[in-house]
Amino acid sequence: MSKDFARPTRNPAAPGVADEEAAGPEIRPTNEMSAGERLRLIESMRPEDAETVPELHAVDVPDKLRERIEAAMSKYPEIRSAALPALWAVQHHYGWCTREGLRQAAAVMGVTPGYLESLATFYDLFRTSPVGRHQVLVCHNISCWLRGADDLLSAFCEAAGADAHEADHGGVSSPDGELFVKGFECLGACDIAPMASIDGRYYGPLDADDARTAVEQLRAGAEVLPDKALANLPAAGGPEPDPDPRVKAAEGA
Amino acid sequence: MPETRLLFRRVDEPELASIDTYRRLGGYRSLERAFRDMEAEELLGLLEESGLRGRGGAGFSMGKKASFLPRGEMSKYLCCNADESEPGTFKDRELMQKNPHQLIEGIAIAALAAGAGWAFVFIRGEYAEVADILDRAVADAYEAGYLGENILGTGSRVEVVVHRGAGAYICGEETALLDSLEGKRGNPRLKPPFPAIQGLYGGPTLINNVETLSNVPHIVANGAEWFKGFGTEQSPGTKVVSVSGCVQRPGNYEIELGIPSRELIYGLAGGPPEGREVKAWFPGGSSAPVLTAAELDLPYSFEAMADAGSMLGSGAIIVADDSVSIPELALRTARFYHHESCGKCTPCREGTNWTVKMLERVISGEATPMDLDIIASVQENIIGHCLCVLGDSMAMPVGSMVEKFRDEFEAAIEAGRAAAPRPLDESTTDARPVPLGVSA
Repeated sequence: MSKDFARPTRNPAAPGVADEEAAGPEIRPTNEMSAGERLRLIESMRPEDAETVPELHAVDVPDKLRERIEAAMSKYPEIRSAALPALWAVQHHYGWCTREGLRQAAAVMGVTPGYLESLATFYDLFRTSPVGRHQVLVCHNISCWLRGADDLLSAFCEAAGADAHEADHGGVSSPDGELFVKGFECLGACDIAPMASIDGRYYGPLDADDARTAVEQLRAGAEVLPDKALANLPAAGGPEPDPDPRVKAAEGA
Repeated sequence: MPETRLLFRRVDEPELASIDTYRRLGGYRSLERAFRDMEAEELLGLLEESGLRGRGGAGFSMGKKASFLPRGEMSKYLCCNADESEPGTFKDRELMQKNPHQLIEGIAIAALAAGAGWAFVFIRGEYAEVADILDRAVADAYEAGYLGENILGTGSRVEVVVHRGAGAYICGEETALLDSLEGKRGNPRLKPPFPAIQGLYGGPTLINNVETLSNVPHIVANGAEWFKGFGTEQSPGTKVVSVSGCVQRPGNYEIELGIPSRELIYGLAGGPPEGREVKAWFPGGSSAPVLTAAELDLPYSFEAMADAGSMLGSGAIIVADDSVSIPELALRTARFYHHESCGKCTPCREGTNWTVKMLERVISGEATPMDLDIIASVQENIIGHCLCVLGDSMAMPVGSMVEKFRDEFEAAIEAGRAAAPRPLDESTTDARPVPLGVSA
């Protein structure tokens, strides 16, 4: 993941850096870097490499994105609180948190892109690399695992043509770019275990057939599993028992 | 024993989430009463008198917590913790999804009691559809004059903002929630100062769980004595319990605290599937030390669970039946906390990592019985040594599983070794050297 966020060691926009130096080959930190290489990279950094807050007039921000971020900033007593809403807006606009999108949001909010990047990599729901169009998060925490979540995740992967191991380790997109499948920690819907969150909506309990159907429906652009949607489920205890006398008395008063 | 539905009263009423239906059923009368006829001190007294305990996990008296906030004119804040992410817990989701106005009414009243002009609902990002419902409910409440600059013409101000998180368990920890709300990474803060003195934006902040705040309108409407008529002396009121895992009817059940745990698991949730027995159960989310089948007859209350060496926590029961391997369960539990550790404190960051590795060894047959003692000692060295209790939340259940099901761990080590015989030196020859210095 860090590859997508790798930065050049020299900030071309920083004043005082010679052009030929800025134009030199970029050294990017990667996971494969040896400790020595990493150390040399860090030692080569200078204060003027520090990223600055992008000037709003120098960044071309799509109007819609800017409106959304500014609306969020106006909702809070302090504008930094709008950082998460701003990242949601970027992700909504581009499908994932692109570097350019982060720069645009940073310009609107008056923070460094690196600041927003530090948030985007911290929170699980932000994607920091391109992903499939529809997001399928399969819960594989205790309650769902006890009811067959591992099989459900495999079924989704098989239907999507994605690798199940990768889906369980950070998520994977299907080859056609339509789906992104990820094994996810507890989604807070253990009552419908095993379950999945598909494009932000909850569905369960699901079996392998449901997974295949859902993937087909997503690819066809149809409504997904209407009879399995959480929004339509009644309370677990069934029809309301006669109200407790104390509750009834209070309502009569 | 049937449920006692107070918060879940008429939960399946069509359109309960709309403001018109909620008002038709008597909603917002408590808010009117509180803002028109009551003083903040009076409300605080009422909440303290009612004995309402926080429903998020700690079980601290809500009225007392609210009374810790300094008095006087200053920027104070209320945060509703709707970041429900404790595995096994889904009560707040259903409360917000089905009856959002009950929560908003509670928030407004609690904000008045605490003198807070701003209230934030921190809802986890995964609950996108519930956040949409809340957004609409808040907009309707503004429209009706129940929120805003001049509530019901009384001059009191409460602004409510629904804030969506983005997927981090740690943000359910109150100080990490505040950091996240301030637009930072969700890292816990050192306490003291407690949020009641220095919280959001450095101002005094009251943080309460969704279920706690949903109780407030009922207490204001019916009084403290009435509320104390439910539940036990130390834990008055009802409790929404999320039952999940190996049971026939998983779901949220609203009960009076103090009923036998067996009644909840077998009576309401239907017990394990036919022919299966309860082997272990978490009484309060996956952070709670596990209990065994022998402890099913304990009353389900804060005190009884604490006496049994566990905790009621968020009120989420996860049942594992006798087909479940406890080492696998321990690994699944540990993996979650390892993934969610924010990395700020070493005992948690490293302890969760090593626990996962050692449990993987147990299952793959590379462990020795001595490793179980090491696992147990790692857990002991996490508990109480971090800024927040995330590490403890892994250490307690995993430690309890190793302690109570040690035979099964030993059997798993043996079985794993027999299934995958591996010469001792193989693991050393193909290992890559550990990189030194700054690593990824």
